[in-house]
Amino acid sequence: MTALPATTAKKLGLVIDLDTCVGCQGCVTSCKEWNTGGYSAPLTDEDPYGADPHGTWLNRVHGYEAGEGAAGRTVHFPRSCLHCEEPACVTVCPTGASYKRAEDGIVLVDPDTCIGCKLCSWACPYGAREYDYSHGVMKKCTLCVDRIYNVSLPEEDRIPACVRACPTGARHFGDLGDSESAVSKLVAERGGYDLLPEFGYKPVNKYLPPRPHRDDRNDLAPAARPKHEPIGAVPGSSAEKLFAWVDRMLSR
Amino acid sequence: MPTSTEPDISARLSVPPADEIKTTTCYMCACRCGIRVFLKDGKVRYIEGNRDHPVNKGVLCGKGSAGIMQHYSPARLTSPLLRVGERGAGDFKEISWNEALSLATQWLGDVRKTDPRKLAFFTGRDQSQSLTGWWAMMFGTPNFAAHGGFCSVNMAAAGMYTFGGSFWEFGDTDWDRTRYFLMFGVAEDHASNPIKIALGKLKKRGVKFVSVNPVRTGYSAIADEWIGIKPGTDGLFAGALINELLATQQIDVDYLVRYTNAPWLVIRAPGAADDGLFARDEKGNPLVFDKRSGQLTSGLAADLAPVLSGAVTLPDRREGVPVFQLIAERFLAAEYSPERAAEVTGIPAATIRRIAAELAHAAFKEEIALDIPWTDWFGRRHEQTTGRPVGMHAMRGISAHANGFHTARILHFLQILLGSIDCPGGFRYKAPYPKLAPPFLKPRGKPGDVHAGKPLPGPHLGFPTGPEDLLVDAAGTPQRIDKAFSWEAPLAAHGLMHMVIANAARGDPYPIDVLFMYMANMGWNSSMNLPATLAHLTEKDAATGAYKIPKVIYSDAYFSETVPYADLILPDTTYLERWDCISLLDRPISEPDAPADAIRQPVVRPDRDVRPFQDVLLDLGARLKLPGMIKDDGSPKFPGGYPDYIVNHERRPGIGPLAGHRGKNGGDFAKGDVNPRQLEQYIADGCFHAHHLPEHMRYYRHVNRDYIEWALEKGFRLTPTPAIFQLYSEPIQKMRLAARGHGGLQPPEQHRARVETYFDPLPFWYPPAGDVVEGDDSFPLHALTQRPMAMYHSWGSQNAWLRQIHGANRLYMNRARASTLGIADDDWVWITSPIGRVKAQVKLMEGVNPDTVWTWNAIGKRSGAWGLAPDAPESTRGFLLNHLITELLPQQPGGYRYSNSDPITGQAAWYDLKVRIEKAAASEAHETSPRFAPLSTPSPRLQGEATGAMPGARS
Repeated sequence: MTALPATTAKKLGLVIDLDTCVGCQGCVTSCKEWNTGGYSAPLTDEDPYGADPHGTWLNRVHGYEAGEGAAGRTVHFPRSCLHCEEPACVTVCPTGASYKRAEDGIVLVDPDTCIGCKLCSWACPYGAREYDYSHGVMKKCTLCVDRIYNVSLPEEDRIPACVRACPTGARHFGDLGDSESAVSKLVAERGGYDLLPEFGYKPVNKYLPPRPHRDDRNDLAPAARPKHEPIGAVPGSSAEKLFAWVDRMLSR
Repeated sequence: MPTSTEPDISARLSVPPADEIKTTTCYMCACRCGIRVFLKDGKVRYIEGNRDHPVNKGVLCGKGSAGIMQHYSPARLTSPLLRVGERGAGDFKEISWNEALSLATQWLGDVRKTDPRKLAFFTGRDQSQSLTGWWAMMFGTPNFAAHGGFCSVNMAAAGMYTFGGSFWEFGDTDWDRTRYFLMFGVAEDHASNPIKIALGKLKKRGVKFVSVNPVRTGYSAIADEWIGIKPGTDGLFAGALINELLATQQIDVDYLVRYTNAPWLVIRAPGAADDGLFARDEKGNPLVFDKRSGQLTSGLAADLAPVLSGAVTLPDRREGVPVFQLIAERFLAAEYSPERAAEVTGIPAATIRRIAAELAHAAFKEEIALDIPWTDWFGRRHEQTTGRPVGMHAMRGISAHANGFHTARILHFLQILLGSIDCPGGFRYKAPYPKLAPPFLKPRGKPGDVHAGKPLPGPHLGFPTGPEDLLVDAAGTPQRIDKAFSWEAPLAAHGLMHMVIANAARGDPYPIDVLFMYMANMGWNSSMNLPATLAHLTEKDAATGAYKIPKVIYSDAYFSETVPYADLILPDTTYLERWDCISLLDRPISEPDAPADAIRQPVVRPDRDVRPFQDVLLDLGARLKLPGMIKDDGSPKFPGGYPDYIVNHERRPGIGPLAGHRGKNGGDFAKGDVNPRQLEQYIADGCFHAHHLPEHMRYYRHVNRDYIEWALEKGFRLTPTPAIFQLYSEPIQKMRLAARGHGGLQPPEQHRARVETYFDPLPFWYPPAGDVVEGDDSFPLHALTQRPMAMYHSWGSQNAWLRQIHGANRLYMNRARASTLGIADDDWVWITSPIGRVKAQVKLMEGVNPDTVWTWNAIGKRSGAWGLAPDAPESTRGFLLNHLITELLPQQPGGYRYSNSDPITGQAAWYDLKVRIEKAAASEAHETSPRFAPLSTPSPRLQGEATGAMPGARS
């Protein structure tokens, strides 16, 4: 069993906007690309050109439908480690290889002490950990720990690769322990929520819910009702009324 | 017991990710985003978006971020190949470049010396069309085009003929200011990052986004409102919006009078040779009736008060009717009423009315006024720049139907009636657009244009404005192998690449000798009716035993399904190994505020015996002694290959492939002397150049005097005239008059009724029939293909990461509809069209129009191709709908078969497919059908061993 730090100085994490994510996989492949050559290298691909290609990914996006018929919606759901405040994946680790950093709250795996027992992946209800069969160790999102503190990168690029790549701007990175941070304000403003809060792991990452539809069922634009020009007593067909109106418009 | 003692990882946190970072331009799809390639130990380590780049502003999509695996693909060709077995068998021998180029020169030289028409040169995902088109022009063949004919020519042509611009590359919504965004027929592509960035902006500002699309995926998934329209009916939906806007008097009349031909008078003289043409004065100016003066006057004059309705007596006592009157008659008719549209489109009339009201609200109640003074072409100064902030965008779902040209015209009518072209918040042009409507560029390749050993007198593709511009002989016979610009496809501005193989094999309109293709997977997912296409490629003349298409030269970087069907393979490089030029002479990457172009530079050296296709083409040009490619002494003019050409070629004096850094010191834009340091300066700038326009030249550029004068000076425009929007299209009416028996050039009898029907000078909606015979209800479902975002433009690729995300496609069906057919999730079904059947596994969903089934394109692969294992899921479970789409429509009376294309532009109508779905027997489950014979590797060594270079990829 591995102990957690009593507190962390920061709670670094991601805020993911489900209202804006179009499911393009940009975060998925940029994550794979950065991390297969970075801190978690390599993220192995098994049978990459064969019948059953599969590999280690630290971030995946799932698309699914919720609700029936036109009332439903299609949601794209990016899934990666939530860097929980009380992560069972750490506390179950028999060797201390899984740990939560006191400095920033990032949950990491030390590959040198990981014995590949997979207890952590069984403990994580979010399915966020991926076992690397070729190296016998567990891999997971590091919040690009080798980017966010990397002094060889320009300051504006010291963000996770997924956030850097996201074309729609659906991913945000920051300190969710600081109520004044941009991410905390975004969560407050948009009603950001925890995944499966009932488990009590207190995820740091937050998701912003899709906004309500604005259509026949939920017309949020009553101001946009037809505003007919008064056409008075002009008789006749639509065309006659239109032409009378056009004449008046051009006689102004 | 372990504690939380943290290992010290500080040394691993600041590892420099690159020894060197080089900028270049992505080529994973058609967007051409700026990228920064991280190189470490001589290998590509990472690719990120370039923050300064106008297209992607730093972001990068799922494909772009997987580019590294494309670069290291085991499917890369390694050497020139010569076919030694039967075509299609895949028996090749490796040959040297000198042998390959000598052979190609011999084949091509023989053609050029005798009959240049016998070369058909068609390029697919080509981003160097200003070079490839020029090469074909210098060769002298009329047979050149790229892939636009099966992509988006309906959109491009409709926009060009209507307002001198179009969607996507030619213009964009003003994303920072629009108040309402309506998108038609855009799956998850076209464009990629630009649209994604834009949707993010709209979401941030709370702007309503409406997506009209039969399928609720991708962009449609995040729309505020999804309208699950029945395929092919968008024109009627948009027509009903126009009906409602006219009926409720919510249009911008002032805009119509100032910037469009709405007041111009159309001659109404049924039976006359000039019926339906504009009444003109002696100088040729179109006439309007000015109420203020009570006289007929030139419609090109300033400050008119023209009548828009009724009829006027012309000087010759005939009747002249304002265009607006005709528009009102067309769209106020009952067939465009919301109620009638509801029956056909499946969209309730109340919804149509509400959307119309919302559009009008955004346009007229949320008008924008910027304190930017500008001057119109009459010299009138406007103190403010006003805008109607309605944005629209449309793509494949509009263009790939046989009613796409007219449907796209209806969408542009909607934009124009709302007054929202090139204004703040509306649609905005990207340079070099706007051009005239249509642009002043006529296609070349008439009988007198083609001579042995001589170049064509001008470019191949253009915009006919009457029968005299068509590429036909006196009998009306097509002059191009694809029949572009013939009576079959008169406004075929991008050609008909999809018909080249079928026409060439059948010798219709004539046989060819050499088929030369680049980056086009015509032997697989870029052709309609694939079984027939493969048969055409392998058919032999019974008498001579020679192939009906005698010689096929193909250039591609990868072992695609097309490779085995070619005789001579010229292996290309990957996009990270080459120079390229994204030219304003070609397909622009400009932004509304800034004309822009870009380059690719090689960031790594090829590790195999391949050459960039553009280098090869220039080499062949020099060997063939083509004008412009050799010096006076006969030596190559561009011995340094493509980069040499990019810098030193001038199309007109001072105008070359790149607009930036021209002139001796690199300080000139668009026009200026050759600058030997131009590429160096582009690289220093991040491999692109953007020239920001001053504020007063950013809007109303169709009539903005300062912009037009500047564009003239820079060569973007050829005449100083404004681009008056052609709501009523006289060039189209001229074709119709010919079909009615007027003029010296008339369509052959068999084409007359078709030309007369479809060449309507005002747009109209008609059901696109495809090859389903009227009254035959045995194919009740529409079948569409879309691209998943991570596979956009993947028709020429395979990728180890992306195939883990989309390794096999399903047939998606509406859940309720499926249950009426007894089909459950994961069932295997037969998809049957009039020409064949395909087996696929079903996935049920809610967010799809009930009359529609669809699948992802570009996933199904032929077994053995692309360096994949023979049992890869792409070939065992992945499938194409291409096999079900006919390339020829059913026989007309008299036996003639039209291509399955839009009758105006020749755009491939591959979204018109109708099918029926039947559950497959249990014994038939688990595998797709048909499965073509596995291909064998064409070369002793593909680049398989290189995959080990990529961390993590184990083969």
